[in-house]
Amino acid sequence: MLRILHQIFKIGTVTEPLSESNQLEILGTQLEQAVRKHFKGSLAIRAVDAGSCNGCELEVHATNNPYYDIERFGVHFTASPRFADMLLVTGPVSCNMETALKMTYDATPAPKLVVAMGDCAAHCGVFGCDNYAVAGAVADIIPVDVIIHGCPPTPTDIIQGVLKAIQG
Amino acid sequence: MRFAVNTWFAERLGDHGIHSEFLADHHPVHMPCLEIRLHDWEQAAGEARRLEMRMVAVWAAEAGKHDISVSGSRALYVYMAFAHPEHRHALLRTRLRDDTREVQSISGHYISACRMERTLQDMFGIHVRNIPDSRAWIKHEHWPENVHPLRADFSVTRMSVEPERNAIDYDYVQSSSQGVYEIPVGPVHAGIIEPGHFRFLAVGEYILNMEERLGYVHKGIEKAMQGRTAEHGIRLAARVSGDTTVGHAWAFAHACEYASNTAAPKRASYLRGILCERERMANHIGDIGAICNDAAFTFMHMQMQRLREDMARMHADVFGHRLLMDTITPGGVCRDVDAVSCMMLMQQTRTIAAEVEHLRSIYADHPSIQERVIGAGTVCIADARDIGLLGFAGRASGDYPDERIEEAYPPYDDVEVRVAEGKLGDVATRIWVRFEEIADSARIIGQLLETLPEGDIQAAWIPPESGVSGFAAIESWRGEIAAWVRFGEGGCIDRYFVRDPSAINWLGLELAVRTVPVPDFPLVNKSFNCSYAGHDL
Ligand code: SF4
Repeated sequence: MLRILHQIFKIGTVTEPLSESNQLEILGTQLEQAVRKHFKGSLAIRAVDAGSCNGCELEVHATNNPYYDIERFGVHFTASPRFADMLLVTGPVSCNMETALKMTYDATPAPKLVVAMGDCAAHCGVFGCDNYAVAGAVADIIPVDVIIHGCPPTPTDIIQGVLKAIQG
Repeated sequence: MRFAVNTWFAERLGDHGIHSEFLADHHPVHMPCLEIRLHDWEQAAGEARRLEMRMVAVWAAEAGKHDISVSGSRALYVYMAFAHPEHRHALLRTRLRDDTREVQSISGHYISACRMERTLQDMFGIHVRNIPDSRAWIKHEHWPENVHPLRADFSVTRMSVEPERNAIDYDYVQSSSQGVYEIPVGPVHAGIIEPGHFRFLAVGEYILNMEERLGYVHKGIEKAMQGRTAEHGIRLAARVSGDTTVGHAWAFAHACEYASNTAAPKRASYLRGILCERERMANHIGDIGAICNDAAFTFMHMQMQRLREDMARMHADVFGHRLLMDTITPGGVCRDVDAVSCMMLMQQTRTIAAEVEHLRSIYADHPSIQERVIGAGTVCIADARDIGLLGFAGRASGDYPDERIEEAYPPYDDVEVRVAEGKLGDVATRIWVRFEEIADSARIIGQLLETLPEGDIQAAWIPPESGVSGFAAIESWRGEIAAWVRFGEGGCIDRYFVRDPSAINWLGLELAVRTVPVPDFPLVNKSFNCSYAGHDL
């Protein structure tokens, strides 16, 4: 136990402060304000992999790591679409996931926001839309509010995209 | 003599009256494919099993344009690959009869072949005789009935999904015993993870049986690769499974290079080694943290995530991509490192390895996490052999396949790889193997950086003639990736087959969770961390 405390003490807080040197400054403050204003301080996101290569998932995870710590802005990832405010969808929508994605969308209470994350979600990416196993980009299957480009988008891009979506 | 590899196997087959011939258009020349007769197929697999060879993969390919018979019909070939710790890889193929398109199942000898044979049925419409499980696998219920996407005559660009077929149920294993209840999970899981379905049969708190249903992220990668050049196609290969982007790109590049008889320059192979070992470190670090998180040891998760982020940032600075995507090209790598970057990489690798060692001592000292991982989710040595468990999971269960040693492709012919040998096959041992591998990868990276040869990083890429194929096996962080590529006209690929280690290790998870309490499932699952994308293709 002592060693855990020692390690915590030694490493200190690595969470990037909202300083002028990084983009997180503007982003973080804006995001926090928007979350407070529109979502009473708490935005729940349900991440849905609709066919991604799992690269996008790694970067969604990274937004939760101690450097970005997206939770400090009131944003957290939830286990069920039933209490989500936003769906964060990755991947081209595979034929085998089309139904599950639609059902997840239907299970999310309105008003709901949908963010399509990654080049695949935006336009099927390297897998191509003329592919028998791909049902289409996310916007072909469910209504999309914001698209985040990148393969995969960086954690900062993701935070930016989420902000854009809630600012409407 | 490298040519001895398949000669050895051909002789053993000959001893049992199985006639085989070498295929000239298959590269590498030291591992040419053997062609056997259709009626010897199953017996040949039995012979491989008797010789204690590991089954690598089963796949099929229609004849390319170079090989169309006078009657205009395309021959259909089935391939299988085996590996032997000393005699290394051997490839076999046989030609199916045009009228019946039937082949005998080899699942009786190798149980992990079963899902691959089911995929053959789905993708090619091949009838596999005596297959123990004939349910469709990748092809879900709502697909139209008679479509076989990998056949040349399939030209549908968007499948008309038949909604009324959606109601058809997959025939899960069931139990009618009293007190056994089912828990369906997925395809959309509770965390930020990939989709798949698990069907548990449980009694009280304990799992009686867990059945996987995969294929949800099937994106038609094998078909989408057809018609792409190697330079173009490698971007797709790098996205077979995003967390293993270096491994998959390397396997693809290697198979292409074998086919065209190109060798990547020495410096490029060293850089590939560095990339691959960094990927191994990053993933093991992330996973150890995530396993601890599933046992509510958040401290370790946060510390490991911090280290992983440090690595990602360095990758962005030095190689231009946080996850190292698109760094490997056919014939080389696309980013060189200068002296300053070398120093930075060296320093960071050392620091991270030291930090991980320190965290490891805290982990080892912490009874509440040890209590959860020791003895949880075991795969015994005999079972691991039976299914041919790969990578760190295999090495935790007494089987030690490592292509860096067995195939010793460059740069691993210049550096020594130390393999961790575990026996207990539980979550604790898998974590232990991963810790060992992090330390060893750090050592390898140091050695590669210190001895980095001068020179080019890219060999001229000239695609081979139509009809030539190549095979490669690369040890990614999860285990062996097997890739097979055949070129068609104009330097375009006409068939790409890849087997991610997950295709085999998913079976290990099914075995490991029997008699495990249901709440321990996430812990055991994470300790394997199989790829859905890599399996579903
Ligand atoms: S955008 Fe890139 S990283 Fe994301 S799922 Fe697609 S291929 Fe993978």
